[in-house]
Amino acid sequence: MKFSIQVNEGPYTHQASDSAYQFTKAVLEKGHEVFRVFFYHDGVNNATRLTTPPQDDRNIVTRWSKLSEQYNLDMVVCVAAAQRRGIVDDGEAKRNGKDATNLAPGFRISGLGQLVEAGIQSDRLVTFGD
Amino acid sequence: MSDIKKFMFVNRKAPYGTIYALESLEVVLIAAAFEQDVSMAFLDDGVYQLKKGHATKGIEVKGFEKTYGALEDYDVTKLYVDQESLDARGLTADDMCVPVEVMSRAELGKKMDEQDVVLSF
Repeated sequence: MKFSIQVNEGPYTHQASDSAYQFTKAVLEKGHEVFRVFFYHDGVNNATRLTTPPQDDRNIVTRWSKLSEQYNLDMVVCVAAAQRRGIVDDGEAKRNGKDATNLAPGFRISGLGQLVEAGIQSDRLVTFGD
Repeated sequence: MSDIKKFMFVNRKAPYGTIYALESLEVVLIAAAFEQDVSMAFLDDGVYQLKKGHATKGIEVKGFEKTYGALEDYDVTKLYVDQESLDARGLTADDMCVPVEVMSRAELGKKMDEQDVVLSF
């Protein structure tokens, strides 16, 4: 089955981010396809490479990056939500005159059309959040 | 894109206090631009999103009541409101800032069942 995943909450504050990761991983390990993972609302904060959790805790951001690398997973961060919350890649830094970037490997910033397309193309769009 | 799916946006939260309602509207407009079959459901505190007379000056947040009025221009006209949620908050269809279809929770459930994609905000 072809899945897409929507993550609506930030890391560490909310279980949604962990559940989304565990679900996505399980789906891939079962041999299903994940068309796209889309990060929206505070979910965009899952994509900052500046996250530094205590060493004995899980690193939610690098965990997503590794999963993306292993399965060639398409992980998209909503541009409007990212701009509001300071998630920046090279293109956005240039466009908005910012002096730094923080997008973690495996993520890309794009528009909400990517979420709608995920809904159209997938058999199931599964949302994690309140 | 030729595929047309039925997208329902389920709104359960008050318009201000959290950003969910505003960012939900942004997806609704994009889905409409993709020419999908879009509907919106309002229940629980989500019914406050459509209440006439948003006054946000005091909380220094940009109001977006007008966006609901513009939905018609995007051919988003299927706005379903849960009767029980209105009743619980002392509201009626007359309090809504746009024309809506008020229905029972059971009817709303049936509508949800007909959808291809349900996004809850």
